[in-house]
Amino acid sequence: MSQINRLAGGLIDRSQSLSFSFDGKTYQGHAGDTLASALLANGVRLMGRSFKYHRPRGPLTAGSEEPNALVELRSGARQEPNTRATVAELYQGLEAMSQNRWPSLAFDALAINDLLSPFLAAGFYYKTFMWPAAFWEKLYEPIIRRAAGLGRLSGRADPDLYDKGFLHCDLLIIGAGPAGLAAALTAGRAGAQVILADEDFAVGGRLNAENYMLADAPAVDWVARVVAELATHPNVRLMKRTTVLGVMDHGIHAALERVSDHLVVPPAGKPRHILWRIYAKRSLLCAGATERPIAFENNDRPGIMLAGAMRAYANRWAATSSMEAAIFTNNDDGLCTATDLAAKGVRVAAVIDTRTDGPRRADVNHLQGAQVIGSAGRLGLTSITVRLADGRTQVIACGALGVSGGWNPNLHLTSHHRGRPAWNEALAAFVPGGTLPAGMTAAGSANGVFSTAGALSSGAQGAVAALGDIGIAAKPADLPAAENAPVRLSPFWYVKHGNGRAWLDFQNDVTVKDIKLAHQENFRSIEHLKRYTTLGMATDQGKTSNLGGLAVMAELSGKSIPEIGSTMFRPPYTPVSIAAFAGRSTGKDFRPYRLTPSHKWAIEQGAVFVEAGLWLRTQWIPRAGETHWRQSVDREVLATRKSVGICDVTTLGKIDVQGVDAAEFLNRVYANPFAKLPVGRVRYGLMLREDGMVMDDGTTARLATDHFVTTTTTANAVAVFRHMEFCRQCLWPDLDVQLISTTEAWAQFSVAGPNARKLLQKIVDPAHDISNDAFPYMACGEITVCGGVRARLFRISFSGELAYEIAVPARYGDGMIRAMVAAGAEYDAVVYGTEALGVMRIEKGHAAGNELNGTTTALNLGMGAMVSAAKDSIGSVLSRREGMNRPDGLALVGLRPVPRDQPMAAGSHFINRGAPADAANDQGYMTSVAFSPSLGHAVGLGLLKNGANRRGEIIRAVNPLKQAEIDVEVVSPHFIDPEGARVRG
Amino acid sequence: MVDHRLKPLLPLGGDAQQIDTFDGLTITESAELALASLACRQLRAAQFASASQALFGMAMPGPGKVASAAFYGVIWTGPEQWIVEAPVATHGDIANILKAGLGDAASVSEQTDGWVRFIAHGPRLADVFERLCALDIRRMQTGEATRTLIEHLGCLVICRESQRQLHILGPRSAARSLHHALVSAARSALSEPAPTR
Repeated sequence: MSQINRLAGGLIDRSQSLSFSFDGKTYQGHAGDTLASALLANGVRLMGRSFKYHRPRGPLTAGSEEPNALVELRSGARQEPNTRATVAELYQGLEAMSQNRWPSLAFDALAINDLLSPFLAAGFYYKTFMWPAAFWEKLYEPIIRRAAGLGRLSGRADPDLYDKGFLHCDLLIIGAGPAGLAAALTAGRAGAQVILADEDFAVGGRLNAENYMLADAPAVDWVARVVAELATHPNVRLMKRTTVLGVMDHGIHAALERVSDHLVVPPAGKPRHILWRIYAKRSLLCAGATERPIAFENNDRPGIMLAGAMRAYANRWAATSSMEAAIFTNNDDGLCTATDLAAKGVRVAAVIDTRTDGPRRADVNHLQGAQVIGSAGRLGLTSITVRLADGRTQVIACGALGVSGGWNPNLHLTSHHRGRPAWNEALAAFVPGGTLPAGMTAAGSANGVFSTAGALSSGAQGAVAALGDIGIAAKPADLPAAENAPVRLSPFWYVKHGNGRAWLDFQNDVTVKDIKLAHQENFRSIEHLKRYTTLGMATDQGKTSNLGGLAVMAELSGKSIPEIGSTMFRPPYTPVSIAAFAGRSTGKDFRPYRLTPSHKWAIEQGAVFVEAGLWLRTQWIPRAGETHWRQSVDREVLATRKSVGICDVTTLGKIDVQGVDAAEFLNRVYANPFAKLPVGRVRYGLMLREDGMVMDDGTTARLATDHFVTTTTTANAVAVFRHMEFCRQCLWPDLDVQLISTTEAWAQFSVAGPNARKLLQKIVDPAHDISNDAFPYMACGEITVCGGVRARLFRISFSGELAYEIAVPARYGDGMIRAMVAAGAEYDAVVYGTEALGVMRIEKGHAAGNELNGTTTALNLGMGAMVSAAKDSIGSVLSRREGMNRPDGLALVGLRPVPRDQPMAAGSHFINRGAPADAANDQGYMTSVAFSPSLGHAVGLGLLKNGANRRGEIIRAVNPLKQAEIDVEVVSPHFIDPEGARVRG
Repeated sequence: MVDHRLKPLLPLGGDAQQIDTFDGLTITESAELALASLACRQLRAAQFASASQALFGMAMPGPGKVASAAFYGVIWTGPEQWIVEAPVATHGDIANILKAGLGDAASVSEQTDGWVRFIAHGPRLADVFERLCALDIRRMQTGEATRTLIEHLGCLVICRESQRQLHILGPRSAARSLHHALVSAARSALSEPAPTR
C-alpha cells in the first residue's frame, strides 16, 4: 500500500511499519505517526462529519485542540468515541471508525441537515421545540438525542484498569517545548524536585514541528541532548503522554498520564491511565500556543487546516494533505509554512497574505492584500477562490490550504482560579493576566513570548524565579542560539464576502452568521453568546474558535475585543474518560467493604448478606428446603424466642470513654442522666442533636468510675464519634475525657432467648457467676471465656428476650461463634441475621433507624420523660419548644392489620376513616413493618398524631404509590412481653 | 493461658499470614504486635512524663514521629495521644500492662484487634505508594508516622526505613479491601508477582 502523501525526512521511524485500519480499510504507517498523520500520508483527508450539519471534515490541527478529526478508536468493549486522530498514537493493529455518519463517511444521509441549514441556525432548538410543552420529553428530546451526539459508546463494561496517584515536587513544569525544557534543565541542575509533564508522546513541543537550528544543529538534536541529561538527574521526573488538566487549590494539579493508549491492550494488571494529583510548590506553565483560523466561506473542507499544523505534518510526520498547497495568512508565521512545504517538495501554488505591507517573498506566488473568499471540493479541497488586492478573483487549484490567523497563548490553566487573561494588542491575543493560581507563573509562548530564543530564555528565567521563591538557588541553564523573529501580524478574523457560511467553531458548526444572529437577537454577552450558539463547547472547548467568535461580536458591537470580554477556562484542559476519574473504585471495589468477625463462618453456612453502610452483615441464613426468605427469617425468630439465638452485632459503634470527667461528659452528651450509673451497670441512652431532635441511641456500660463503653447504632458509629470528639475538643475542653473507637477491636455477639444464660454458662469461665442474681438485667463486666480469653459481657436486650451481648477480641470472633453454635446445639440454637433482628425489635417496639430518622423527638418516640430536666444536656433546651410538645403531636404506636391476615406497607400514611386521603388529613405514617411469626400476622410501628390516646382506634393506612389501602388498629408498640418480664428472667 | 478452643484468625481471615511478593516489594500481613491507644489525662503531664519515661525507657514522641525502645514502639497520633505497640508474645495484655505502669495519669484502651498491619518492604516502595496515598513517601524519614487515606480508609503509615519499609495500620474489618488496594497498586507499578506462597 503506497503512502502517496508521505514526504521525505520527519521524525517517524521508517524502519517500523505499522498496519492499521480506518473504516475497515487497511493502511500502513510508521512508528511515531499519529492516526491523523498516517491517514494524511495515505491520502485520506476525510476523517469525520461535523456535529450538526454533517459536513465532511478533515483534521484542522495537529494537536489536542482538534475539533474535526474525531473517531471511534478500538472495538468491542474498548471502543472509545471522540478520540482525536491528531493525538492518537499509531500502533500495530490500530482500529478506527469514523463517527456521526450513516451509512458511510463518504455518503452520509444526515448531510441533509446541511441543506436545511437555514432552519438550523443558532437558537433553533429554543425556538422550535418550545411548544407544546408536553412534546419535549416524549417526542422532541428522543428524536434530537438520536440524531445528535458524537460517536457511540460500546455499552459494555470497560475491561481496563485505571489508577490514581500522588506526586510531589518543588516545581511542576507544564509542557516540554523549548521553554519547558530550558526550565527543566535549569531546575534539574539546581537539584530541585522537578516534574516535567507533556501531553505529547515525543518531548520537544513545537521544536519537533519546525526545522529550526539551535546553535548549529537541528533543534531535535538539542532536545535529545536535554532529554538525555534530564535522565541523569534523579530529581527530575519526565512524564510524557501526561496532560496537566487543571489547577486545584493549594498547589494541587490534576494530570492524566495515558500509560497504555499507545498499546493494543494494556499488559495484565497495568493501568490504561493514571490520574495524578501533583502537589507542586511552584508551577511553570510552558504549554505553548494554539494557532487560530481565519473564517471564510466554506472554510471547513478536508484539506484546509491551520498553517502551523500543516508545517508540523510536513516536518515532524513527513505527511501532507496534498502535494499541491496554498497558504492563507495574516502574519509572518504563515510564510514559514510555505518555506517548509517547498523544502519538502510540496508545490506551493500561492501564499494569500491579507497584509499589503508585509515583507514580500519573491520565491513564492505571494499575493499580498488578497483574501480567500471560497473553496470547492465535495469531500475534500480541490481549489480556492481568491480575491486579489485589485478586486479581481482568481481560482487556484490546490488540495491543501494552510490558514494562519495568528497564535493564542495556551493560558487555560492560568484562569482556573478566575484569573482574567489580559489583551495584548501586538499579538492580537489574550495573554495570562489577573491573578494566576497561587505559585504559578508562565513562560514561553504560553506567556506570549513567541520566538524560540525568547521561549528558551523565559523558561530558564522562569525556573530561576520560581525556585528562588521557595529558597532554592538556581542559575539559568546555558542555552543555544535560536531564531528570534518578531511577531508581525495584522489582525484579521473573517473574510467579509458572500452569503455562505464561514465556520468559526468547527466542532459545533458555529458560523459567522450564527454570531450575527446572536447579536441581532441580543445575546451579546460572551456568556450568552456561548450558550446560545454553542460556541466553544464540546470536546475541544473552543480552543481554535473562542477568540474568533469574540472578534466577530466585538466588530458587530463596535467595541474592542477586551471590551466584549474574555473567555475563561475550566478544568479539564482536554477530555478525560470517566473511568480515569473512577480509578480503582469500580464494581465491588467501588468502595471498601467491612467484614464482621463471623463472616468466614457465615460464608460456610451459605448466609445471605446485606450491606449496612460499608459492612456486609448476615441478613439470614437459609437452611436446606427453605425457598423463601420469610421461611428462614420466621424460623430464626421463632427459634430465638423459643430457645436461643445468636447474632453478630460487631457493627454497632463502640466508643471507649475514659477520664476523670467521663461521667460528666456523658451526662452532657446524653439527654438522660449518666452521672450516677454504678460501675458494672449498663444504661440505655438517648442522644439529641442541638435542635432537640433525636440523634442516636445506644447503651453505655460503666466498666470503672473513669471508664465507659458507649455503643452507637451501626449507621451512626462515625457520626456519633465525630460528634463526641467535637464536644470534647470544642465545647468542653476543660473536661478530662479521652475518646477512642473500639468498634472493630471487639467481636460482639448478641445471645438472646430463654436459654441464653444456659448457653453462655457453657462458654463463660466458671469463675464468673452470670446467674440472674449475680448478673441481673443491665449488668456488665469484664470476664473470661473458653478458658481464659478476655471478654466483656453486657446483659442487654434488643429482642425483648433474656439476652446478653458478649465481646471478645476480634481475632477470636470466628472461634467464638463456632464455640457458641457448638454449645447451643443442645438448645437448638440458631444464628440469626439482620432481618430476624429487625422483626424482633419491631415486635418489641424498639425504635431503630426508621424511627430515628432525624425528624423525631424523644417525645414522639414515647421517651419524652428520658430528657432530664434536672440537668443540662445537648438538645434538652430546644426539645422543650412548644411546637415539639403539642399534645396532639406524633407519637409512636403499634399497628396491626384489620383483618389480621392482610399485609401492611411501611411508608403508608395514616388517614382517619371517612376523611379524604390527602396531605391536609395526614395523621402520620407507618415507619416499620414486619411479619411477626410469633403472632402470625403483620405488625407495624408508626408515628400517629395524638397516638398515645388512640389505642383501639381503627384508622386507614394509605399507600398512594401502590394505590393500596388497608384498615389498621392502633395498639401498644410493645407486641411482645409488654411488661418486660422476659428480659429480667 | 488461652484455651485454644477459640482459634484466632488473622485479619485477612486466614490462619497464616498472607505474603505477596513483587519485583521490588513484599507486602506481608503481620499480627505480631499488640496495640493500645494511650492518652495523657488533663493536668497530669508531669506525672505522665515521668511514668512513661520509666515504663518505655524514652520520652514520648512529638507530632509525626515514632519513638522506639526495648519492647515498645510509640507513635504520635494526636495532641497528647499515642498508639503503643509491643510484641504480642510478651505483651498480649498490653492495655493492662500500660495501665499498671501509667496509673491514673493516662487513659489506655486496647486496640490490638482494631487494626490490620501490613508491612511493605523493598526498594520499589515509593513507586507503589505514590499510587496509594497522598504522602510524599520519598521524603518520609525513618521514624516518621502519619495518618492518611488509602482507598478511602483511614490508615496510619509508619516509616520504619526511609524509602524501603513502611508499616500500614488500617481498619481490621476492611483488611481485605486494604489488601486489595495494596496488591493492586503493586501489580500496577511493578513487575508481575512471583507465585504467592
